[in-house]
Amino acid sequence: MPDMSSPENSCDLPGIVARWGGDAANLVQILREVQEACGTIPPEAVDPLARLLNVPRVRIESTASFYAFFHTGPGCAYTLLFSDNIIDHMAGKAGLKQYVCEKLWVEPGKRSEDGLVYVGDTADIGLADQAPALLVNGHAVPSLDKTRLDLIAELIRARKPLAEWPPMLFEIPDQIRKAGPLTGEAFAPGAALRRTLARGAEATLAELETSNLRGRGGAGFKTAIKWASCRNAASGARYVVCNADEGEPGTFKDRVLLNSHADLVFEGMTVCARVIGARRGFLYLRGEYKNLFEKLQTVLARRRETGLLGESILGEAGFDFDIEIHLGAGAYICGEESALIESLEGKPGKPRNRPPFPDRRGYRDQPTVLNNVETFACAAKIAEQGGAWFAAIGTPQSTGSKLMSVSGDCRRPGVYEYPFGVTARQVLIDCGAENAYAVQVSGPSGMCISFREFDRRLCFEDLASAGAFMVFSRQRDMFEVARNFTHFFAHESCGFCTPCRVGTSLLRNIMDKLAAGKGSVYDMNEMQRIMHILRGMAHCGLGHTAANPVVQTMEKFPDAYEKRLKKLDFEPAFDLDGALATARLITGRDDAWAHLADD
Amino acid sequence: MTEMTNTFTLDGKEIPFREGETIMAAATAAGVYIPHLCHRPGFKPHGSCKLCTVNIDGRPSAACTHLAAAGMRVESETEALNADRRALTQMLFVEGNHICPSCEKSGNCQLQAVAYHLGMSTPHFTHFYPARDVDASHPDVLLDRNRCILCELCVRASRDVDGKNVFGIGGRGIRSRLIVNAASGRLADTGLAVTDRAVAVCPTGALLRKRDGFSVPIGERRYDRHTISDVTTETEEERPRHD
Repeated sequence: MPDMSSPENSCDLPGIVARWGGDAANLVQILREVQEACGTIPPEAVDPLARLLNVPRVRIESTASFYAFFHTGPGCAYTLLFSDNIIDHMAGKAGLKQYVCEKLWVEPGKRSEDGLVYVGDTADIGLADQAPALLVNGHAVPSLDKTRLDLIAELIRARKPLAEWPPMLFEIPDQIRKAGPLTGEAFAPGAALRRTLARGAEATLAELETSNLRGRGGAGFKTAIKWASCRNAASGARYVVCNADEGEPGTFKDRVLLNSHADLVFEGMTVCARVIGARRGFLYLRGEYKNLFEKLQTVLARRRETGLLGESILGEAGFDFDIEIHLGAGAYICGEESALIESLEGKPGKPRNRPPFPDRRGYRDQPTVLNNVETFACAAKIAEQGGAWFAAIGTPQSTGSKLMSVSGDCRRPGVYEYPFGVTARQVLIDCGAENAYAVQVSGPSGMCISFREFDRRLCFEDLASAGAFMVFSRQRDMFEVARNFTHFFAHESCGFCTPCRVGTSLLRNIMDKLAAGKGSVYDMNEMQRIMHILRGMAHCGLGHTAANPVVQTMEKFPDAYEKRLKKLDFEPAFDLDGALATARLITGRDDAWAHLADD
Repeated sequence: MTEMTNTFTLDGKEIPFREGETIMAAATAAGVYIPHLCHRPGFKPHGSCKLCTVNIDGRPSAACTHLAAAGMRVESETEALNADRRALTQMLFVEGNHICPSCEKSGNCQLQAVAYHLGMSTPHFTHFYPARDVDASHPDVLLDRNRCILCELCVRASRDVDGKNVFGIGGRGIRSRLIVNAASGRLADTGLAVTDRAVAVCPTGALLRKRDGFSVPIGERRYDRHTISDVTTETEEERPRHD
């Protein structure tokens, strides 16, 4: 936490930099602390930071300007950022945002004149089961309604420090609706490590192999192959990184795992360290989960005290390993493994050219195992209970259980743990979604299935999923769902490669054109064309999948598009009458003759 | 030097390569042109413009970053790939503000030359018309961000060749922009010299030497006389092969 001991210099740059070892690789963490201390990253802090870290100032500026949560302008006492996922919209986000803006006499997207408050949007904050939700100065507040917003507005107007706000505002229940091996069984910290030490690293890797565990981040790469490759790579240093940048809209199961089963996750990381021979590990926690930060630090401290982390773990000489938590700063792309590593190294989160993959060249170009939160939790259970036990759950190609983050039009949103292979229909029955019309599986980058496909199974053989399960009922407009997702991708594209940087914005603009009732079949074909370019030429998974929501909804719900088309051949996006607005302003005219008739 | 016993095929032609060489490097050495903008021999491969996307055994990948391997079947000059490259070039055109007739670089511009090479006749997509800054503060160099295609060649040249770190990329996504290493944000306050490689390396008219714009008249410039595919990428800043 920032040093506030010298009141005349609340932004103690040398102190912050020193605490992070004077290492520019920690720049994201340093900037986060600077902003926390100063309310902003002051432009005049850039040169001193560059000097202290011995890097050019462009390096500081590129990182500071990349992340959505960093800002260099004048700060605000209170920043309210509404989660902008379609699920939040379905739960009344737009109206509630308007409501609080009126209460606070502030325009959305504009800092209030007195510097008191800013109300804006942010990408999904991992609370789709408790939507609508917002972040106030980075802290999540779920289940918004007018009563809660009245209270928030009152607290802001009274300038009450956040620390004095009623804690109930920040309470986030887990909502585990269906428990399984990860969420339902008791786990004694150290149990998996003891078994690992008794069995040896080689044999533990063999158990992992037997388990057939595949990565839970969505791609489903075999975990044992990753670990073995890293273990066999020639290097002095190896790293374990846990990807807790759970940014896929509609996903929140890692939030729950970290809130209530952190030991399982940290233990999985420590087992990995033993297998590959790593001394340092990182938990890259998305900035939106800042509320978990202190709690996780406490868990780490307890594990150090009980000999489960630190030097000579469980008395085993030479088994030294510790875990640091790095917080993200608002960038979905950092969920991509190489972008995450770039971010851990203090840079903008732009995916690297691969190969080499992180198992060979990851953090600081050293062999690195990077796995999802849930994968590490599974690894701990496998180390404890054996690979055969795990492999008996699920299907042959998708062993074990899967945590589903269920949200949207259902009576019981929350986390459901199923053996792999469960049908979408079963999940819908369990969560109380009798009116389901469509489900977005695995988030915007995943797959949209219609009611005709509810017998499909959630597993790598059929519908691979990182865990999101957003339910849409018959009265929902699937066009608006897709449009929300195109806005999301355009906002989150890192900008590195041409197809994604430009293509995602082109898609968003065409969807907005359709929404404005100016679309034609030509635009539909254009979107197909852009999808083709994105799939074939984009640099990473974000670009490859960015057009999926549009293409899939066009195919499965053509009515949602057709009713919006103005003409069947072509309609320009250009608004001729709108272009005359400046001329009208200059001439002070607004009569009928100053307008072009809309045909 | 390792002997080049390994080969792959590029559009049916055998291309020899050395271990660790990219498809682009091997193709260039063999005199085969693959369209590109962010690539320049001698610089660390970047892989951002994606113009050099080729099909490697049926799968698309950037030739400038993909290492050659023996027996690979690479397709580059196909109708479909060139159509996609044309679309990428069009994306670059609508993303910035590229007004060739009024640009000093016209005829020497790789963006323009690639567009001609690919048969691009219109920008096709809806223009973004972004508001971008022009920085004329430097006595000898003009920075016009309207023409920047974010290839990062100047970033790499300044960092790796000039040893100055004058440039960087700020922002994210469609709002990415070229930034300079000065608190004032002005090029004049950086260590940039007109002789820096970072200036010469710019493929478009984003970085221009002042008072030099029309020393070669329009009509007699590099890509007025040769299409870009005839210009070898071997020499330092792409001189025509026939000069």
